[in-house]
Amino acid sequence: MSVKELVERYCRTSKLPHIWCPGCGNGIIMGAVMRALDKADIDQDKTVIVSGIGCSSRAPGYMNFDTLHTTHGRALAYATGVKMANPDLNVVVLTGDGDCSAIGGNHLIHAARRNINLTVVVFNNSIYGMTGGQYSPLTPTHSYATTAPYGSIDRNFDLCKLVQAAGGTYVARGTTYHTRQLVDQIVAGLGHNGFSFIEVITQCPMYFGRKNKFPSAVDMLKWQQEHAVPVKAAAKMTSEQLAGKFLIGELYHEEAPEYTAVYEKEVIAKARGEVK
Amino acid sequence: MPVPTERKAQLLSGNEACVQGAIAAGVRFFAGYPITPSTEIAEGLAVELPKIGGKFIQMEDEIASMGAVIGASLAGLKSMTATSGPGFSLKQENIGFAALTEIPCVIVNVQRYGPSTGLPTSPAQGDIMQARWGTHGDHPAIALMPASVREAFDLTVQAVNLSEELRTPVILLMDEVVGHMRERVELPATDEITVVNRVKPTEDPEHFLPYKPGPNLVPPMPAFGDGYRFHVTGLVHNETGFPSGKGKDGNILVRRLLAKIEQRQPSIAQAELYQADDADIVIVAAGSVARSARAAVKEARAQGLKLGLVRPITAWPFPAEAINSVATTAKAMIVAEMNLGQMIIEVERAACGRVPVIGLNRIDAELITPQDIIARAQEVTKNVR
Amino acid sequence: MNSEVAHIDINEKWCKGCGICIAFCPAKVLVAREDGKAAVANIEACTRCGLCELRCPDYAISVGGKQHASTN
Repeated sequence: MSVKELVERYCRTSKLPHIWCPGCGNGIIMGAVMRALDKADIDQDKTVIVSGIGCSSRAPGYMNFDTLHTTHGRALAYATGVKMANPDLNVVVLTGDGDCSAIGGNHLIHAARRNINLTVVVFNNSIYGMTGGQYSPLTPTHSYATTAPYGSIDRNFDLCKLVQAAGGTYVARGTTYHTRQLVDQIVAGLGHNGFSFIEVITQCPMYFGRKNKFPSAVDMLKWQQEHAVPVKAAAKMTSEQLAGKFLIGELYHEEAPEYTAVYEKEVIAKARGEVK
Repeated sequence: MPVPTERKAQLLSGNEACVQGAIAAGVRFFAGYPITPSTEIAEGLAVELPKIGGKFIQMEDEIASMGAVIGASLAGLKSMTATSGPGFSLKQENIGFAALTEIPCVIVNVQRYGPSTGLPTSPAQGDIMQARWGTHGDHPAIALMPASVREAFDLTVQAVNLSEELRTPVILLMDEVVGHMRERVELPATDEITVVNRVKPTEDPEHFLPYKPGPNLVPPMPAFGDGYRFHVTGLVHNETGFPSGKGKDGNILVRRLLAKIEQRQPSIAQAELYQADDADIVIVAAGSVARSARAAVKEARAQGLKLGLVRPITAWPFPAEAINSVATTAKAMIVAEMNLGQMIIEVERAACGRVPVIGLNRIDAELITPQDIIARAQEVTKNVR
Repeated sequence: MNSEVAHIDINEKWCKGCGICIAFCPAKVLVAREDGKAAVANIEACTRCGLCELRCPDYAISVGGKQHASTN
C-alpha cells in the first residue's frame, strides 16, 4: 500500500497536516500504527482508538476509526469500559509517557494486571510536550526540562519492566528510528490476546532536544540508532557493553487467560448457573 | 433480558432498591470502587448483572470507575457507577467529560458526612451544591433525591431514562439514611415501568454529524462499532465532533448543553407538596429529612400549628415553581437540611423575598428530628406574628 | 531486481523540513531545499527501500514504481 493509499484509508485526511512540530516522532508512530492495523487486517469499523491528554493523544483525531480522546491519564480506564462492554471491538490505546506513567500510572498497572485485551502504544518522548517541556517519570535522570532547570534528580521508570511485573503478557520496545521493526511489534501486539504494551522511544526535538543538546530530530534519531540494542544482540553482550544502552524488541510474551473472555466463561456462566 | 417480574412486596434497603431499579431501567454495565455507604449497590450489581449478560467491574479507583462507565456507554451499554462523598469528589473531572461529550450515564452518590473522610459514614446532605457545580466550567446538572426505598427504585429508573433521553450524566443523590434503611416496598411489575433508550442515528455514516442536535437539542448517538467512525473529545467541538479551538463553538456547544436540560425543566423539576396549601409555615426538606418533616407536619397540626411540607425531589433542576406556589400563602419557610445551608440558597432565590426563609441545620451526624422541626416552627411562629 | 527507475513524490504542503528522510536515506537520494524541505537529487540511486516513507512524520514522501518491502 502506498503512503497515499495508507493515509486515504486510515486517516481523516481533511484534518491533515497534523499539529505536531517539525521532526516530532508522533507522526512516525501514528504511521506505524496505521501500517500495523493494515497488516493485521483489522476491521476498521470494529476498532476503537482511545487516548488521554498530551501531544501523543491528539493522534486519534486524525485516524479514521471510532476514536475517543479522554481525560489526562485515563485512557486505559475508558478503554477498559469499551472493551468490557463490547469485547468484539479491537481497542487500541495511544498514550504518552506522562499520560500513562504519571497521572495514569495506576490504570496502567491494573489494566496490565487484569490482562485485558488492549493494545497500548506509548509515545515516550521523555517530556511533557503539550505544556512546554516539563520532566516526566520517563525523563532520564540528570536530563534537563523547564521544571528541572538543574537537571532532573528523579530516577526514571523502566516502563516495560513495570508492565511485565504488573502482569502484562506482551511487552515490546521500539523506536521511531527502527520503524520497520516497530510496525511488526505493533502487529504482534494487535494479534496477542491479552494486554499488549509497546513502548516507543521517540523524539521531541522542540522541548527535550533543545534542553538536552540535541540540535535536531536527526540527532535524536542517531542517538536511538547508537543506543538501542536488539534483545538478541544484548544476550551476547557484557554489562559494561550494555551500560547506557536500552533494549529493543520483544521483551516479554506469555499466553494467559484474557479478562473479558474469563468474565464470559466464568462469571456470566456461574451467575446463570451454567457451570458451578 | 431479565425475566419479567410481577408486583411483589419485598423488604429492601434504598441501596438494594437502586440495584433493582438499575436492572429494570436496562443498566448493563457497572464500574465502581468500594466506599461506604454505597457499596451495597456495587455488591448487588456484581450479583445481578452477569445473570442477564451484563458486566460488572471493580476498578482500581473512583476515577477509573467513572472513565470505564463512559467508555462502556460509548460502546452501547447503559452504564452506572455508585459512590459516596470522597469518591464523588474524585469523579468530578470525568463527570464534566460526560457532560461535554454528552455520554449518558448515572452516578449514584450516597451522601455521607464531609468534607474529606469526615465521619464515616454518618448521614449528611452536604453534596447538594457539589452535584450542581462539582466539575469545572458551566455545565448542565440533573440530580434526584429519593426519600424512601420505593423512590430509590423509581428515581434510579428515572435517572437512567433522563440520561438516555438527554445524553447527559444524571446524579442520584441519596443520603446514607435512605441508602441503608429498610422498608417493605412493592416494586412495579416490568410492564408498568417506562424504559427510555438513547436515540440512534438513521442517516448513513457518510452524512452523519455526531454532534448535530435533533429537535430536542440532543444529538442521536451511535455506539462504537456501529460503523459511524466518530470522534469523541473533551475539547470544545463543533457538530462534526472534532475540536475547533474556537470560542464561538464553545459558546454554541455549552449553551446548547444547558438549553437541552432547561427546555425540559418543567417536567424534570419535581417536588412533592404535603399540606402546603393552607400552611402558615412551610418546611422545605429533601431525602431522609423530608420524612422527619412529614412527621412534624402531622404532629404540629394535631397541636394546632399549621405546618406544611415542600419536598424537592430534584435537587437540580431545582423545583422553584413549587416554592413559588406557597411563597405568597405561607408566613415563613423553614429549610431543614443536614448541612450548613445549601438548598436554602435556592429556596431564597425562588421565594424572591416574599416570605422569610429560615434555616434549620444540623451537622452533628444526627438526623433532624420532627421535634427539632416543631421547635423551630414554634420559635418562628412567635417571631412572624 | 528490477531496472525500473523509482519515482518519489514529495508533498510540499505537508513536508515540515525536519530532514529525517534526507539524513537516513541509505542511497543519499534526497537533499534539502533552501527552505529545508526535502527534494529528490539522485533518483537513479533509489533502491525503493521505503525507509523515507516509514520515517516521515508527516506522510509527505512516497516512493512509487514497483512495490517495495516496507508495506507488503
